[in-house]
Amino acid sequence: MRFKGSDTYVATDDLKLAVNAAITLQRPLLVKGEPGTGKTKLAEEVAQALGLPLLEWHIKSTTKAQQGLYEYDAVSRLRDSQLGDPRVHEISNYIVKGMLWQALTADTPVVLLIDEVDKADIEFPNDLLRELDRMEFFVYETRELVKAKHRPIVFITSNNEKELPDAFLRRCFFHYIRFPDKETMERIVDVHFPGIKKTLLREALEVFFEVREVPGLKKKPSTSELLDWLKLLLAEDIPPDALRSKDRKTIVPPLHGALLKNEQDVHLFERLVFMARQNR
Amino acid sequence: MLTGFFLKLKQAKVPVSIKEWLTLMEGMQKKVIGPSIDEFYFLSRTTLVKDEANFDKFDRAFAEHFKGVETLLGAEADIPIEWLLKQAELNLTPEEKALIESLGGWEKLMETLKKRLEEQKGRHQGGSKWIGTAGTSPFGAYGYNPEGVRIGQDRSRNRSAVKVWDQREYRNLDGDTELGTRNIKVALRRLRKFARDGAPEELDLDATIDKTARNAGYLDLHMRPERHNAVKVLLFLDIGGSMDDHVRLLEELFSAAKTEFKHLEYFYFHNCLYDFVWKDNRRRHAERTRTAEIMHKYGHDYKLVFVGDATMSPYEILQPGGSIEYHNEEAGAVWMRRMLDVYPRAVWLNPEPEQLWPYRQSIAVLREIMGGRMYPTTIEGLERAMRYLSK
Ligand SMILES: Nc1ncnc2c1ncn2[C@@H]1O[C@H](COP(=O)(O)OP(=O)(O)O)[C@@H](O)[C@H]1O
Ligand SMILES: [Mg+2]
Repeated sequence: MRFKGSDTYVATDDLKLAVNAAITLQRPLLVKGEPGTGKTKLAEEVAQALGLPLLEWHIKSTTKAQQGLYEYDAVSRLRDSQLGDPRVHEISNYIVKGMLWQALTADTPVVLLIDEVDKADIEFPNDLLRELDRMEFFVYETRELVKAKHRPIVFITSNNEKELPDAFLRRCFFHYIRFPDKETMERIVDVHFPGIKKTLLREALEVFFEVREVPGLKKKPSTSELLDWLKLLLAEDIPPDALRSKDRKTIVPPLHGALLKNEQDVHLFERLVFMARQNR
Repeated sequence: MLTGFFLKLKQAKVPVSIKEWLTLMEGMQKKVIGPSIDEFYFLSRTTLVKDEANFDKFDRAFAEHFKGVETLLGAEADIPIEWLLKQAELNLTPEEKALIESLGGWEKLMETLKKRLEEQKGRHQGGSKWIGTAGTSPFGAYGYNPEGVRIGQDRSRNRSAVKVWDQREYRNLDGDTELGTRNIKVALRRLRKFARDGAPEELDLDATIDKTARNAGYLDLHMRPERHNAVKVLLFLDIGGSMDDHVRLLEELFSAAKTEFKHLEYFYFHNCLYDFVWKDNRRRHAERTRTAEIMHKYGHDYKLVFVGDATMSPYEILQPGGSIEYHNEEAGAVWMRRMLDVYPRAVWLNPEPEQLWPYRQSIAVLREIMGGRMYPTTIEGLERAMRYLSK
């Protein structure tokens, strides 16, 4: 099994290499990078390219490692017993399988995505170490050992909000997706809008990268915003000329609300353009 | 040679473990990569480095270590993987050693290899990429796969003349460089880590019992947010000088992390701490806070963070009346010591480059007063400071 990239996703050579290392050596791949750099999409693409099912475990600040294995719903069971429900005698009725359990026991190998691991508590990755290493765990309530039929291909993403523990890191391959440069971004756009006019794309990218450089933005526009914006530009049939200017800093680009989603950022941006115009 | 690379990484303070090193060896044995030094670079980076802040250190160590190999083989050539592996084993068998000797020694062997590569380049003009045929070449006899040697001329359309590791693309992610807008997020992350402790939810037993009782004995669970972190900080910022930009950056940094602290209070001072500080820099003469009052008001579980360049005349620290702002009855050093007695957990963050410190007398004095706990305002320095504070 080897990932060679796909028609719908632009993967750099080092990224492909990291993915293949993770597949061959059966270790998780930790993917880091700012939001919108295609971390989540990567797992989808690899699953699709290899023809494997994708299981997604989206992590929240309250997610516990145990929830990936299973949860014993003692509360329902207690309620059922108080209500005299016969289900109560079968403890396995109250075991809820987590994503990792499903991944281990699926009929084919799967791709397991543990998305935004840094959202959870600092202890979360450590609590999963053993299970990710051995690909098995014990269910105390039913005295059952859940063992991998096939080792899943594991992708873990992080937005870099929190430090991850060393012991965890040592077990993973690591890839940092840098924000795409212009050339890479052109290729990404091309994947999404194959027919886009070269002139429009060039002007749009100029504007996009300039907006990203505006100091003090709370949220710099990412690939997702660029794609949204281009979609609007195309839908409205905005000509490339509308984006071009001798002194670009003095115009507000059309439909800029798609690039800057935060209201304060929009204000800041408009104010800067206004000031640039005054000083002309 | 590869073991040398491992040691070089250690030397360069890239935190690599044996476990990861073995994974790299495994990756090479299982042919994750082809016979290319570029691929070897990527594989070793994805295996050994788990923080982009260390990429630059890694790049430098890589460049330094493999420069020798490149001068031997020429920058255009790729390195045969078997050769790298062989080097990993480090200890050649006596037969292999004898073989190398019979071929004129290691140096000679490499020299020949290099020449071969050049001849090959000339002969094939962008045609076949492969060199030599098995059996006839000494490299075959030596046990390399001669077909593993490849000339990189047409390997990749957009291959740049400069090696990836020589481009130093991750320079501004290095923890030792100064804080700036680019790496401020990383710094913030470290700060948050310091501010946080505890999981967000726990069972509220009292409420559960109470509600369950009211619910005619039917279980009614109640959760409550776990007590938030307990870290309390007093931040003292030196303002009104050449360091303003740096100070502002740190101020921003702390205020960005403000919600993570239980309490965070700011005060400004100028050069050194005396009997007064102030909260609003524009009204520094009108609205002052007495330092004694602070010590009274905030408990000794608060942690102190001073930010300043500590660069002044030593008199400003050591003499009564030394302050350039007003006449201070007692020396700055006296006030510093008083504060440190009340708040034993204290650090000083200094935006001046650490290499300069030994040349400034006032820095030495303040550092001494701080018991050595002065840290540069690099990510790495910030981390050391926070580590100390969270002890
Ligand atoms: N390399 C890429 N190739 C193709 N599309 C990409 C790429 N990187 C990002 N995108 C697009 O940007 C959007 C955001 O990607 P996503 O995976 O959600 O980012 P992240 O998980 O890193 O925040 C995706 O919908 C995808 O279409
Ligand atoms: Mg995502």
